[in-house]
Amino acid sequence: MKSEHQSLIESYEGKLPLLVLEEIKEALPASVSKEKVKRILDETLASYTAAKINPGECVGLVSAESIGEPGTQMTLNTFHFAGVSEMNVTTGLPRIIEIFDAQKTIKTPMMEVYFKKEANTIEKVKAFAMELKETHFGDFASSFSLNIFEQTLSVEFNMSLLADHKMNTKDLLKALKFKSKGFTAEATTNSIVFTQKGKPEEIKDLYALKEKVRVTRVKGIKGVKQVLPVKRGEEYVVLTSGTNLNEVLMLPEVDTSRTICNDINEVYAVLGIEAARQSIINEVYKVIEAQGLNIDIRHIMLVADIMCVSGVLKGVTRYGVVSEKASVLARASFETPVRHLINAALEGEVDALTSVVENVMINQPVPLGTGLPGLITKLK
Amino acid sequence: MVEVYLNEKFIGTVDDPFSFVDDVKDLRRKGALSDDINVHIDHATQEVHVFCDEGRARRPLLVVKQGKLILTEKHLQQLRDGELTWIDLVRQGVIEYLDAGEEENALVAYQPQDLTVDHTHMEITPGSISGVASALVPFGNYNQSSRLIIGSKNQKQSLGFYAANFHLRLDMDANILHYPQLPLVKTKIHDITDYEQHPSGQNMVVAVMCYDGYNMEDGVILSKGSVQRGLARSTYFNPVKAEELRYSGGLIDEVSVPDAEVKGFRGEQDYRFLEADGIVSPESQVGEGDVVIGRTSPPRFLSSMDEYNLSTSTRRESSISLKHGEHGIADFVIISENEEGNKLVQVRLREERIPEIGDKFTSRHGQKGVTGILINQADLPFSASGIVPDLIFTPHGVSSRMTVSHLMELIGGKVAALAGRYVDGTLFEAENTDDVRAELLTMGFREDGVENFYDGRTGKRMLAKIYVGNMYYLRLRHMVANKMQSRARGPIQLLTRQPTEGKAKEGGLRLGEMEKDTFIAHGASLLLKERFDSDRVVVPICEKSGLLGYFDARSNKLISPVYGEDSTMSYVEMSYAFKLLLDELLSLGLYPKIELEDKY
Repeated sequence: MKSEHQSLIESYEGKLPLLVLEEIKEALPASVSKEKVKRILDETLASYTAAKINPGECVGLVSAESIGEPGTQMTLNTFHFAGVSEMNVTTGLPRIIEIFDAQKTIKTPMMEVYFKKEANTIEKVKAFAMELKETHFGDFASSFSLNIFEQTLSVEFNMSLLADHKMNTKDLLKALKFKSKGFTAEATTNSIVFTQKGKPEEIKDLYALKEKVRVTRVKGIKGVKQVLPVKRGEEYVVLTSGTNLNEVLMLPEVDTSRTICNDINEVYAVLGIEAARQSIINEVYKVIEAQGLNIDIRHIMLVADIMCVSGVLKGVTRYGVVSEKASVLARASFETPVRHLINAALEGEVDALTSVVENVMINQPVPLGTGLPGLITKLK
Repeated sequence: MVEVYLNEKFIGTVDDPFSFVDDVKDLRRKGALSDDINVHIDHATQEVHVFCDEGRARRPLLVVKQGKLILTEKHLQQLRDGELTWIDLVRQGVIEYLDAGEEENALVAYQPQDLTVDHTHMEITPGSISGVASALVPFGNYNQSSRLIIGSKNQKQSLGFYAANFHLRLDMDANILHYPQLPLVKTKIHDITDYEQHPSGQNMVVAVMCYDGYNMEDGVILSKGSVQRGLARSTYFNPVKAEELRYSGGLIDEVSVPDAEVKGFRGEQDYRFLEADGIVSPESQVGEGDVVIGRTSPPRFLSSMDEYNLSTSTRRESSISLKHGEHGIADFVIISENEEGNKLVQVRLREERIPEIGDKFTSRHGQKGVTGILINQADLPFSASGIVPDLIFTPHGVSSRMTVSHLMELIGGKVAALAGRYVDGTLFEAENTDDVRAELLTMGFREDGVENFYDGRTGKRMLAKIYVGNMYYLRLRHMVANKMQSRARGPIQLLTRQPTEGKAKEGGLRLGEMEKDTFIAHGASLLLKERFDSDRVVVPICEKSGLLGYFDARSNKLISPVYGEDSTMSYVEMSYAFKLLLDELLSLGLYPKIELEDKY
């Protein structure tokens, strides 16, 4: 690149975004005259300026309409992939509501776990998937038998299942982190026997032990209920139902840069607000694409921005984004009006009437479009 | 051992439920037990249930034994000869009624050829899966089920000959079709229900084609010539009522022509249609605002003064006049008494309804459409034999709705009209359409029902052949004449000062929340304000207290509610709804203080 071109391009910094300038630099042919570079830059600047939103354009409402109108069609045709290959996922309108409301517990939490190159073979991924799945002590047991007279609880195991997980009874006992509070435990090749040391009257403790042991996690990551290794293009990916992003990301085989989770709140907690914003955009867009609708991604970006702009994830509800509105009247016009009005009166809030809803209420021009500019004349 | 319940009450146990149930059924068929009894084994709970109480929905089925019907050719012959009736067959155990429980134990065949040893019953007709209304749809079994439902629902809204004594009745919103016809393509149900006694549609020549787009998106095009000759013409009847109410103190309303002294007297002109008895003269053409029944009422509140002076001058006018948008001819007057013994006057208004743009029509297959235009007979397309369609239906309505029966009726109707016979379209038992088409071919037409057509405007032959035939079309009761309304200014609500809602109150069309959004999205801020000016008020506001003040006409001054005359008051423009909100906040005990500042 000639230095004169370099300086010419640099002179456009501030007028054009750096990303665009970078793109021009890369696309520029080796031999090009300075005049042509100037023309290219001017043309780019012109179309960039033309693409900018005008002042007074109400982007929020246009976004709301652009998402809302196709949304009405979405209610009716929710597709169900009845048992087909991948796992059952909430889609359609329920999912959109889930995301935009930033609901704490979502219906079908999922993760997509990607792997580093060296770990990406079918055997390794399969084994890893097994490791990932949350498995309880009771899952391996074929039978529990209580002996009241000897005060013992003996557990028989499904040995082939244990072998699949490359475990034996000793590992199980270890994983149980069994604390001998009045009990002793002994592992044989295909069973574990717990013996009560206390008096015979405390036999119900043995029952309690049985119920406690049954649901104790011995293997896998907490919260990962189901795993499904699938092939995505050239590589293998593990889909999970149930999430625990934090712990999965700490595993050495996992590609931390691509592994994601569909629970926005979890993404926010683990990866931060910027990741949450991107996650909202991706998740909503996924639903919209699956429905075959055509919504410009910028509308969704705007909603995601609003949800994340305070640095904390806020849902589009009366507790979230709406409670942030400056105007009392605007808040009161959206759900629970009396509460908002009374609280405003207690605090002596002042409504500056700067937004749309308030001005519609009092029948004044809304400060948007033609209502935005004012004319001032100099008095002579 | 199995428990036995009679009408859901435990009565005992049996050892062999199967033979028990069979015994009960046998006794019932023999007539030893009442045929109102039903019995079944509930396999899920292993219980026997016997029912003989009232209110169970039951349906008749032919009894089958060892894969053979008990009904024989002999029975049928005796039925034809009138030696047997339905009830005889029930008594003989040839037909029996099953309730929902016993149906669960039965295996029912549709047709004789389906019968096996396992079958216990057979349908009397396969069409019995549908009710009466949906059985009126010809070739209904060729349709999507939802269209069949829509088709039978539409028939309930059609104009026809609803009662033979209609000229003596005072039904609300009654319609009579002038020249009702029996459908050319009919079903057995039409015969059974005596449809010819109360038909509700007309056979029209229908062409499936377009004509300048006037029938797009569920529109239909009517021939003006046919309409002028009486096609789908109807009469609309609506009664107007007045009662002589009795009040305390022996006072009573009076139906009469009000005197000029009566409070609220409207003027001679408004009473011009009334006869001496205060009731409209029959056959007079009355319109909006005209008095139909003249009536006066006693004064509303009796003060002590008035008691000595009960002359007519204090009576109120309470005549019945036609509301906004109503008109018609006074058809029929009835003077009678109601349950309380008060005099009741009813006047029936009559109006001829000629089909016009916006009136709704439908075939019997859920293919409804709204009239888009009436076209002069000369301009309509015509066939080689000179046939001009009465109605033009759009082909785009068929593909997505899959109403095959609509297309079949069209060809069936064509054959019926040409051959001079009715075509049978009974559910599952309809005539074979291949035979019907073959018949069409023998009469010199193409068997697929299409014909060459010529454009009435240019006389040129159309490139496409047009699918044309006869169909039974119904005029539905939704007519524009009853619904059309517009307003530029008019009555407002007392509380909010916003326009009233609904046609009866001459209301406005609401510019709702979503419509408001479109204005904002376009940035048309000032236009939006103008649209919402319907309840605009200009109120004086006290700049010190920020509360609404008022204008005192005596002192010609603006008064602040807090500071009286010692405050600067400014006029502020706002919506009355917001002024109301401010008042309501005050009533909540909140102080909405308005801080004024200079606009510029």
